[in-house]
Amino acid sequence: MASLDRVKVLVLGDSGVGKSSLVHLLCQNQVLGNPSWTVGCSVDVRVHDYKEGTPEEKTYYIELWDVGGSVGSASSVKSTRAVFYNSVNGIILVHDLTNKKSSQNLNRWSSEALNRDSVPTGVLVTNGDYDREQFAENQIPLLVIGTKLDQIHDTKRHEVLIRTAFLAEDFNAEEINLIYVLPSRIAQIQGTLLPVLPMLSSSVGFLIRS
Amino acid sequence: MSFLIDSSIMITSQVLFFGFGWLFFMHQLFKDYEVRQYVVQVIFSVTFAFSCTMFELIIFEILGVLNSSSRYFHWKMNLCIILLILVFMVPFYIGYFIVSNIRLLHKQRLLFSCLLWLTFMYFFWKLGDPFPILSPKHGILSIEQLISRVGVIGVTLVALLSGFGAVNCPYTYMSYFLRNVTDIDILALERRLLQTMDMIISKKKRMAMTRRTMFQKGEIHNKPSGFWGMIKSVTTSAPGSENLTLIQQEVDALEELSRQLFLETADLYATKERIEYSKTFKGKYFNFLGYFFSIYCVWKIFMVKFWSQHISFILVGIIIVTSIRGLLITLTKFFYAISSSKSSNVIVLLLAQIMGMYFVSSVLLIRMSMPLEYRTIITEVLGELQFNFYHRWFDVIFLVSALSSILFLYLAHKQAPEKHMTP
Repeated sequence: MASLDRVKVLVLGDSGVGKSSLVHLLCQNQVLGNPSWTVGCSVDVRVHDYKEGTPEEKTYYIELWDVGGSVGSASSVKSTRAVFYNSVNGIILVHDLTNKKSSQNLNRWSSEALNRDSVPTGVLVTNGDYDREQFAENQIPLLVIGTKLDQIHDTKRHEVLIRTAFLAEDFNAEEINLIYVLPSRIAQIQGTLLPVLPMLSSSVGFLIRS
Repeated sequence: MSFLIDSSIMITSQVLFFGFGWLFFMHQLFKDYEVRQYVVQVIFSVTFAFSCTMFELIIFEILGVLNSSSRYFHWKMNLCIILLILVFMVPFYIGYFIVSNIRLLHKQRLLFSCLLWLTFMYFFWKLGDPFPILSPKHGILSIEQLISRVGVIGVTLVALLSGFGAVNCPYTYMSYFLRNVTDIDILALERRLLQTMDMIISKKKRMAMTRRTMFQKGEIHNKPSGFWGMIKSVTTSAPGSENLTLIQQEVDALEELSRQLFLETADLYATKERIEYSKTFKGKYFNFLGYFFSIYCVWKIFMVKFWSQHISFILVGIIIVTSIRGLLITLTKFFYAISSSKSSNVIVLLLAQIMGMYFVSSVLLIRMSMPLEYRTIITEVLGELQFNFYHRWFDVIFLVSALSSILFLYLAHKQAPEKHMTP
C-alpha cells in the first residue's frame, strides 16, 4: 500500500452546492443520506486504476479534499483554509445550477486556490473580473461540475446548459458534467460518473509528468 | 400648504431609506444567494424604511423641523403602518415560506400559512396577560394593545443585545484582554492540523483497500440465508469487516479533532489580526472609544443619573446610529452563520421582524434619555402606556444579560490560554 503514489484533488465550491455528497458518491459508491455542514476540510479516498486494461495499468489513491466555507468568509478563515491548498494535482469546481451566484463565485474559488503562494490579505484585488491569462498558464487540470439539474424546470434547461458551457470555456477546464443527485437512481448516477474518471486520470498523468 | 411640503419631505426620506434597505439586502445579506422571491426583498426594505422614519421623526422633533401638526400626523400614520407590517404582514409571510419548504403541505400553502398566523396571533395576544402594561380603560382593538405587546418583545430583545454588547465591546476592542499570539503558535497548530489530516487519509486508504480486496474475494455478501447461514455468521465473521468498524471509529475521532484544530487555527488568525489592527491609528481610536463606552456602560449598570440632560441627548444620537449599524452587522453575521439556500427567505423575514420590533421599542426606551420637553410627543403618539414598566423591565433584562455575558466571557477567556499551553 505504501508503494501507491498519492494524488491530491481539491473539491471547491459554495456552501450547499453538494460537494460532500459528490465526494461521498465518488468514494463510497453510495448516496450521502444526511448531508451536514462541512467544518474545515473533510477528506475521502478513492482507489483508481489508471489506464485500466492496458499493460501500463497502475493503481492510485486519489485523495478528494472537500474544503468547506464560502468565498466571503472572514480573512482568518481564508488564511486557515490556505494550508490545504499545498501541492495540489487537480481541482474540481462544483456549482449549483439553480443558483447563479455559485457559478459566479467559482472564479474567486479558483483564484484563492491557485494563488495560495501570495499572502492572503482578505482583500480581493479583482472584484469579479478574472484574468484569463492566469488560467491559460495554469497547469493544474480543472473540472467544473454542476449539480441539481433535476431541480430545474425543463423549459429553462437549455439556457442553463449554454451558460455553463461558456463557464467551462472561460476556465479552460477539461470537462463539464451535470449530475443528477437523486437517492433513488443510484445506477444512473454511477453511469454518469464515468466521464469524471478521465479527468482524474489526467491529474494522475500530470503527477507522472512532473 | 406647509403640510404638503412636509409630507413630500417625509416621503422623499422614506424612499431614500427604502433604497438603502434594498441595496443592503442585495449587496450584503443576499450576496451569495439568488433572489427568487422579490416579495422578501420588498418586505425587508419596507420594514427598514419605516423603522428609520421613526428615528428621523424623533430627530425632527428635537430640532423643531417641520410643522408640529404634520409631525403628529406622520407619527400616527407611520406607527399604524409599521404595526400592520409587524403584526400582520411579516408573520404571515414567515408562515407562508416555512410551509412552502415542507413538501407535504405544498398544495394547500395558503390554508396552512393562515393557520400558522392565527397561532402566532393567539400567543401574541396571550403575551399581554402576565405584564401590567395596560390600564383597563382601553378597548380591544386599539393601537395601545398592539404596541404594548410589540414593546414587550422588542424591549426584551434590546435589553439582551445591549447587555451583551456592553460587555463584549470593551472585551473585543481593549488591548488589555488580547492574548499574545505569535506566528510560531499558528505554524505549530497548522502542522498539527496537517498531521491529523494525513492520519485520516492513511486510515481511509487502508479501509478502501480492505473493502476492495474483500469485494474482489467475494467476502462482502448479503445476509446469510437460512438456519445454517445464521450459525455460520455467529462463529466465523469476516476479519475484514471487524477491522473496518474499528478503523471507522478511529477515523471519526480524528475527524472531530481536525475540526477542532481548524477552528482553533482560525481563532488564532483572527486574534492576530485584531492585535495588528489595534496597532493602527483606527484601532487606537476604537480602543479609546472602548474605554469610554465601557465607563458609560458601567454607569448604566449602576444606574447613576447624568448631570446634564443635554449631554444625554447627544448620546441619544450616537446610540441611534451605532445601534442601527451594530444591529445590521450582527444580523448579517447571524444570517451567514445559519442560512442555507432553502431557509434564506424565512431567516431574512425573521430578521426583518426582529429589526422592526427592535426599532419600535428603541423609540419607547429613548424617551428615557430624552430631555423632558421632547418627551411629550412620544407620550402623545403612543398613548398611555405604562412607560415606567418598560424602563424597569429594560433595566432588569439588561442587568441579567450583562452579568451572564460577563460570566460567559470569563469562562471562555479562562479556557482559551490553557488549550494552547498543552503540547
